[in-house]
Amino acid sequence: MIEARGVSFTYPRGERTILRDVSLLLQPGAIVGLLGPNGCGKTTLLRLLSGMLKAQSGDVLIDGRPVAALTRRHIARRIAVVPQETHATFEFTVIDVVLMGRYPHLGPFELEGPADLDIARQALEATGTRHLESRPFASLSGGEKQRVVIAGALAQTADVMLLDEPTASLDLAYQLEVAALLRNLNRTRGTTMVVCTHDLNMAASLCDEVVLLRDGAVLAHGPTADTITVDSIAATFGVAADVHFHAAAGHLAVVPIARTL
Amino acid sequence: MLLAPLVGSTPIRLGRVFDRSIPFADNVDAQIFFVARLPRVLAAALVGAALALAGVVFQALLRNPLASPDTLGVSAGAALGAVLAITFNADFTLLGVTAVPLASFAGSIGALIIVYGLSAARRRGTSTLVLLLAGVTLTSLLSAISAFVRYLADFTETLRTVRWLMGSLDVGAFTPIAVAIVPMGIAIMGFAMLPRVLDLISMGTESASARGVDVARAERVALVSASLATGSAVALAGPIGFVGIVVPHLVRLLVGADHRVVLPASALFGASFLIACDLIARIALAPTEVPVGVVTALIGGPFFLWLLFRHA
Repeated sequence: MIEARGVSFTYPRGERTILRDVSLLLQPGAIVGLLGPNGCGKTTLLRLLSGMLKAQSGDVLIDGRPVAALTRRHIARRIAVVPQETHATFEFTVIDVVLMGRYPHLGPFELEGPADLDIARQALEATGTRHLESRPFASLSGGEKQRVVIAGALAQTADVMLLDEPTASLDLAYQLEVAALLRNLNRTRGTTMVVCTHDLNMAASLCDEVVLLRDGAVLAHGPTADTITVDSIAATFGVAADVHFHAAAGHLAVVPIARTL
Repeated sequence: MLLAPLVGSTPIRLGRVFDRSIPFADNVDAQIFFVARLPRVLAAALVGAALALAGVVFQALLRNPLASPDTLGVSAGAALGAVLAITFNADFTLLGVTAVPLASFAGSIGALIIVYGLSAARRRGTSTLVLLLAGVTLTSLLSAISAFVRYLADFTETLRTVRWLMGSLDVGAFTPIAVAIVPMGIAIMGFAMLPRVLDLISMGTESASARGVDVARAERVALVSASLATGSAVALAGPIGFVGIVVPHLVRLLVGADHRVVLPASALFGASFLIACDLIARIALAPTEVPVGVVTALIGGPFFLWLLFRHA
């Protein structure tokens, strides 16, 4: 279980406080969406939750223990992060990239063993990328790359996954594909997920609960259907939108109409 | 490595070299073998390995396949140290090493301190862009100072400087090699800690950190080790280009990108490559000697162009 308690954060030499007294409790097995305009602090919050950044005040607790007291390795075994984009400087193959996810489980000079390879292959199966195993990572399409990166996060066998805009650079088909994959992983493995996203409709389809952030403060937090409303969108994004349940899609659909600010 | 000391502009016979009945002072073959050639070959191996390793580490650290041991200004610092020593006719010896290599090494450490200080000052961790810019700027600055010092020099000093800058493995004795092994040994200890970590860092520092890597510490170890290796290589043999940038790529083409294989393979390949280049340097225009830096450039330059075309 991951918790942020009264967390505040300013970047060094920054004038603006990015996060102000934010509290958040993540229930195991939930998919939580972090939504908000640019600069609202959602990526910063994600980084604080993973222990990559240290809050100036307040605590981030993992299973009741403050993140600062845990080693990076220990955190990595509990939390996996999927960044927005991954760029391989050198020609690693897909299986190389996924095996890197095993790093927190290995000793300093330990090599990956057959068990690790199995876990990596299973992760590739789960993301439908097993057939790409020997291909160079750099030669994949955007959707394939993102799925491989998710496989790498799965190989970490962590029970929490933090995703920063996982579908931002993907086309419509891949957006649906990745969202379906994440939902599937959550249902079959019980992985708790926190997803930062701009895509309100994806959040509506994927997330069980959403957190609306603006100017570093939490405006609303609750089950998706109750929290994404015309008023809450106006308050968070300054946009007048139409929100209604879309029968065919099976979730809320948000259609932006005009700016209100 | 075994053949190289036997080949050269003056033919020698191995039998005579090891013939103990002939006193050393009269045994020309032995003298050529032990004094002229063996130190050279050892130096070539050491310098080649050091530069190749530094190249691999810098490329991973800076997440840039075009990075080289020269990128961060360590070579420029070493060159400036040497130029200053030559121009001002410094004449001191320490631990059996003469002034020029000492000053050169000091120059490289100076450059390292500047780059390290810059990267540490940005407490959010070393942004590679800042490191690259700092390195490029530092290289330009130090090269400019070096050029100015050369302008002040007289003819003999200038000639010595020019020759030094072309690189030469003619070490002449085993002492400089033995002394150079100390910083190189420290560097190798650093390198031994890095292979898997370099793989992870080259995929992005955020994902590396999220997988449990202490990125700041790893970057520091990488920077210091690679700079020590470069500094001692340049102090020993002068600036020899292309080894540090070409060997890592060649090795990756042959063995893949996993640094746990690439690092040791680069050391071996770099050593062999430079021994081979030195061999060519010695026999191509016998009895004169082509500076080894010229040979590496002539082989490395076209290869590098081919690499660029292939990647584009």
